[in-house]
Amino acid sequence: MTTQNHIIRMDDIRKTYDTGKVKVDALKGIHLEIEKGEMIAIVGPSGSGKSTLMNLIGCLDTPTSGTYEIGGQAVSGVTRDELAEIRNRRVGFVFQAFNLLPHITALENVELPMLFGGIKPAERHKRASELLERVGLGDRLDHKPTELSGGQMQRVAIARALAMEPDIVLADEPTGNLDSSAGGDIMSIFTDLWQQGRTIVIITHDPALSRRASRVVEIHDGRITSDQATNAAA
Amino acid sequence: MNTDLHVILNLFATSSRLQKKRAYLTIAAIAWGTVAILLLLAFGEGLKRQLDKNRRSTGENLAVMWPSETTKPWKGLPPGRPIRLRIDDVDFVRERMPELKAIHGEVQAGRVALTYGRKTVNGRIIGVNYVYGEDRKHYPLAGGRFLSVEDEVQRRRVIFLGDEMAKDIFGDEPPVGKTLLLNNAPYTVIGVMQKKTQMGMYGGPDANHAVIPITTFRAQFGRDQLNVMVVETERAQQMKQALARVNQLLGARYGYDPTDDRALSTWDMTKSANVTANIAVGIQLFLGIVGALTLLIGGVGVANIMYAVVKERTREIGVKMALGAKQRWIIAPFVLEALVYTFIGGALGIIIATILVSLTSFVPIESNKVLSFLGRPTLSPQIGVATSAILGLIGLAAGYFPARRAARIDPASTLRYE
Repeated sequence: MTTQNHIIRMDDIRKTYDTGKVKVDALKGIHLEIEKGEMIAIVGPSGSGKSTLMNLIGCLDTPTSGTYEIGGQAVSGVTRDELAEIRNRRVGFVFQAFNLLPHITALENVELPMLFGGIKPAERHKRASELLERVGLGDRLDHKPTELSGGQMQRVAIARALAMEPDIVLADEPTGNLDSSAGGDIMSIFTDLWQQGRTIVIITHDPALSRRASRVVEIHDGRITSDQATNAAA
Repeated sequence: MNTDLHVILNLFATSSRLQKKRAYLTIAAIAWGTVAILLLLAFGEGLKRQLDKNRRSTGENLAVMWPSETTKPWKGLPPGRPIRLRIDDVDFVRERMPELKAIHGEVQAGRVALTYGRKTVNGRIIGVNYVYGEDRKHYPLAGGRFLSVEDEVQRRRVIFLGDEMAKDIFGDEPPVGKTLLLNNAPYTVIGVMQKKTQMGMYGGPDANHAVIPITTFRAQFGRDQLNVMVVETERAQQMKQALARVNQLLGARYGYDPTDDRALSTWDMTKSANVTANIAVGIQLFLGIVGALTLLIGGVGVANIMYAVVKERTREIGVKMALGAKQRWIIAPFVLEALVYTFIGGALGIIIATILVSLTSFVPIESNKVLSFLGRPTLSPQIGVATSAILGLIGLAAGYFPARRAARIDPASTLRYE
């Protein structure tokens, strides 16, 4: 087995939150490997540790113990700035609450990761326009998030997640704030992206969304309890 | 780094702005602090300059020597012998000490009757060498002059009046060219001294005496003994050595121990000049600190606003971090923002303070004893530099500490829920 096909490799990952009085073991030994081109749904009840897992996969946080590699790069003993750089290049985030900056335009929102990635202004502008066009917002470039619908905001967020050509797109309940029709559109976009060969990790408890994944990982009480391929065709 | 600057400026330009009211209040607080520090410093500077001017109005780098008594035995002679100086001692020392800027002698007579018309005033008359005018800052009002070499050599009966004495004798009449009687001998008034505020004096204030050539004095009063000998050096640091040399020369001439510094009692004004300068610096420092504290309160206001802004923008900061913003890219735009508020406020404060200070130039101070001692508030380039430096530091601190809190935000905890 080579690491080359593995975008994500987690080995015996533990995460303990020390609140002073009590120690909470949020993750109790996670083994998880994700291959390039997979579309994984991570499901589990609230309090199961799936948010913690998402933070670790997204390099928003570092594990207490265990080894984690993303795209062959070990994520341990790195500074906050190095972690920021890993996030910038390797992870594209899509959040439930969209988390677009409200006072700048859709185009500027999509450009933001490229600004951090050191991409030249002309190139940023070109790529951001293309991405927004691809998610069907070619006519909304100069709209501010407040002027967009929820579904449109989430599409801007997807365009932003793709801006730096990341190793994985990490989506946290991406349809949670949307009505079923807008949610369906977003799910279709994810499916399209997957079919184009992107690696997608979705944290969700929406069965409709997890049904579309190629693989479903269930997590309970800080441990993976089930890891199954589905019959969704790639 | 170039990319850093690009990112920081870009983030600064696109980060959300303060509410207008908040921004105005912040800027006003800084402006107020700036006005306070500038006015206080300007007041201190005015006081310093006035103290300096008043001090120098007696003369600069002067030492005054009075003939006195020896306190040390010398070559078999006991201490306690009186030493008397004569008018020709001035020439004696001058010839042997070309390094001195000037030296002059003074002969005094108190309560001399000065009569003009039907009015007689009793006053102090001093016979001096012509260099006295320059040494002791006896500058003539327009239309008059001080004693000249010719006056001294030819023993002319000319008199230069202190401004108050001139007023006592002549009232509102212009004195120059008039003839008055000095103990019944006629003298021509050649000049009246410009008004000055004098800090250091010996004998009495310059404004209340009249000056005649030392040669004329000797001829009229028949006195040869000097009351005072005054030496002037180019620089204050030369005074100590110059005084030692004077004592060496006169000690040899009159037979006293040159190290006996009581044979001629000496007032070295360069020493008191230092004291005055130190007091002025002390006052200015104190005023500066008070001003800086006022400005600091403005700075606390900016910091407070910036803390509130960090709190408001927590999610915005978290998003930027998730997208890969480095810590310095979070910190720098905040610091820049605080600096912008500080500098706008500072610039406003400088403008207001400059206007206020220039308005004080319309207040007449010459006629008022207190104001003429305090001087006029003055802004100097140094004050500008000091205030700008303090403003810059306060702006940096007011931005940096809130920004550091922003950079410590944990993105994971800010992003998940509404």
